[in-house]
Amino acid sequence: MPLVNSLSRVPVTIDADACIADKGCTVCVDVCPLDVLVIADDKSTAYMKYDECWYCLPCEYDCPKNAITVEIPYLLR
Amino acid sequence: MNDETTTDEILEVDVLVIGGGTAGPMAAVRAKEMNPNLKVAVLEKANVKRSGCISMGMDGLNNAVIPGHATPEQYVKEITVANDGIVNQKTIMAYATRSYDMINKLDEWGVKFEKDETGDYNVKKVHHMGTYVLPMPEGHHMKKILYRQLRKKRVQVINRFMATRLFKGKDGRIAGAHLLNPRTAETAVIKAKTIILCTGAAGRLGLPSSGYLFGTYENPTNAGDGYSMAYHVGAELSGLECYQINPLIKDYNGPACAYVTGPMGGYTANAQGNRFIECDYWSGQMMLEFYKELEGGKGPVFLKIDHLAEETIEEIETILHSNERPSRGRFHERRGTNYREKMVEMHISEIGFCSGHSASGIWTDEHARTTVPGLYAAGDCGSVPHNYMLGAFVYGAIAGEDAAEYCAMHEHADIDETEIAAEKARVLAPTLVKDGIPPEQMEYKLRRLVNDYLQPPKITKKMQIGMERFAEIREDLAKLQASDPHELMRAMEVQFILDCAEMAAVSSMYRTESRWGLYHYRVDYPETDNNEWHCHVQTMKGEDGLPVCSKRPIEPYILELDEEEKGAYNKLRIAKNSVEA
Repeated sequence: MPLVNSLSRVPVTIDADACIADKGCTVCVDVCPLDVLVIADDKSTAYMKYDECWYCLPCEYDCPKNAITVEIPYLLR
Repeated sequence: MNDETTTDEILEVDVLVIGGGTAGPMAAVRAKEMNPNLKVAVLEKANVKRSGCISMGMDGLNNAVIPGHATPEQYVKEITVANDGIVNQKTIMAYATRSYDMINKLDEWGVKFEKDETGDYNVKKVHHMGTYVLPMPEGHHMKKILYRQLRKKRVQVINRFMATRLFKGKDGRIAGAHLLNPRTAETAVIKAKTIILCTGAAGRLGLPSSGYLFGTYENPTNAGDGYSMAYHVGAELSGLECYQINPLIKDYNGPACAYVTGPMGGYTANAQGNRFIECDYWSGQMMLEFYKELEGGKGPVFLKIDHLAEETIEEIETILHSNERPSRGRFHERRGTNYREKMVEMHISEIGFCSGHSASGIWTDEHARTTVPGLYAAGDCGSVPHNYMLGAFVYGAIAGEDAAEYCAMHEHADIDETEIAAEKARVLAPTLVKDGIPPEQMEYKLRRLVNDYLQPPKITKKMQIGMERFAEIREDLAKLQASDPHELMRAMEVQFILDCAEMAAVSSMYRTESRWGLYHYRVDYPETDNNEWHCHVQTMKGEDGLPVCSKRPIEPYILELDEEEKGAYNKLRIAKNSVEA
């Protein structure tokens, strides 16, 4: 299948330095109702893989390291 | 279920609750309380800790029937009028008589309701006639409280599995569900004596005007799963032409919250800052006035709170920015909207199905039973109108109790192996397609067409064209391609949405009159016709695979309305003189 590579500004950003995914934390991935967050293959950080955010904030509120920032998606800002 | 679960494993429970948001946990807990020996499982597409439309809590009860403030009889009349007479009053009465006990149960569980200095519930008036609104300023703890109860009552929780279809036994009783894991694409079958659908609204039917697929009013996890599954298993659905449409903050998916701001002095205003509706309670009639003002010369519409005292505004901010839709504060901040200085621009939501706010649902009686034996529905996907969060709790409880009794009298029904195999093949088909259509594109097109052709004002010819476009998308389903398990989940959801779109169109064309204000405003049939259409419109899956509709007579009222009460919701627009005074 032909693939298109295009930049997309995503609403959820995770501070990889603060993220403790390497210690086994998966809180944000667990609580996201849309299942848009995943842990990177090298376990270094969580990140937003699918642009399907409801900006509902459980990831940000429940993160034990305050590593997550949720912005209002650009399309409706 | 855990990582060791093998594909095609068949699990067996007594009560399977599908959906762990609001009604679901309550249904499971009540079934366990009735009989602790029952095997009760809650299946959740996301995670019960943060799922459903109250994932971040809720700021209040919209329909509390509390002695001293309202009576069940008054509430039944209020909702009968608000829903233009198309109600089974017995179902509303079943809610109303249990409303107060449920509030007390939640209070015991630790939900904090607003109380006055004497410890009584501090109920506020928002509805047209009665007084039913009970604030929960600390309602953000709701999901934690429910989760604690699930653990305490030893309910089995199965997170990150979605149900794709339901199965019936040869005798027509419910028999089980087919499941898909959206992270691994593993499939499974779960046998159950009873299934309680608590899958929420069909929240991804229309496309929000922002164009962002997931910027919906409802939690977009709720794609209409329950409506579609009930339809395919042969249950009746009802009132699907009575869409959910809500007044929202423009571009943001949060309600403007007349329930919160109304009792504190806020109101819905036009561009001149004047009131144009007498009552901010959400009804189709209110939405029609809202729509007219929005599109008229005095539009758009605003939430006006800039005239309130500083401490009142601070209180409103605290509630609105910490409950239900807490990202609201950062939305306003970026646009420089300070409640003290500016009115907040409002708009109307995309269309959806939801009995919580309108009346579109899987047909249920006062025991939460659907027309399929052993299958129940509760919460936003059930058909009890204007049910809201407290109605979801009460009907969850009713369903859990009735299901427990049903289990005592029935064995598991058998599921036909060929049906299981056919469903597994259907579910996994998008993983085998090459050079196909990704679910995101198909969903975007489908929902854009829903907006173009189904959104009120409804026009017959447009809905017919819509059905032609939907049929083309149905042909495209063979090309639907999923490149990973996550996309496979979205591919299943597109099919739920397509079923809902067809049901919305067919039921809307069937009712050849206008009713419920904007929800079913048909331009080519503008009048309400009580001789022909004082009845429910039921929708089922027809032999050709398309929806078919029929009329279901209204059960005799248990409470008659007088003429003045009947007209109450039709007099929402403020008389012209009083506006300009």
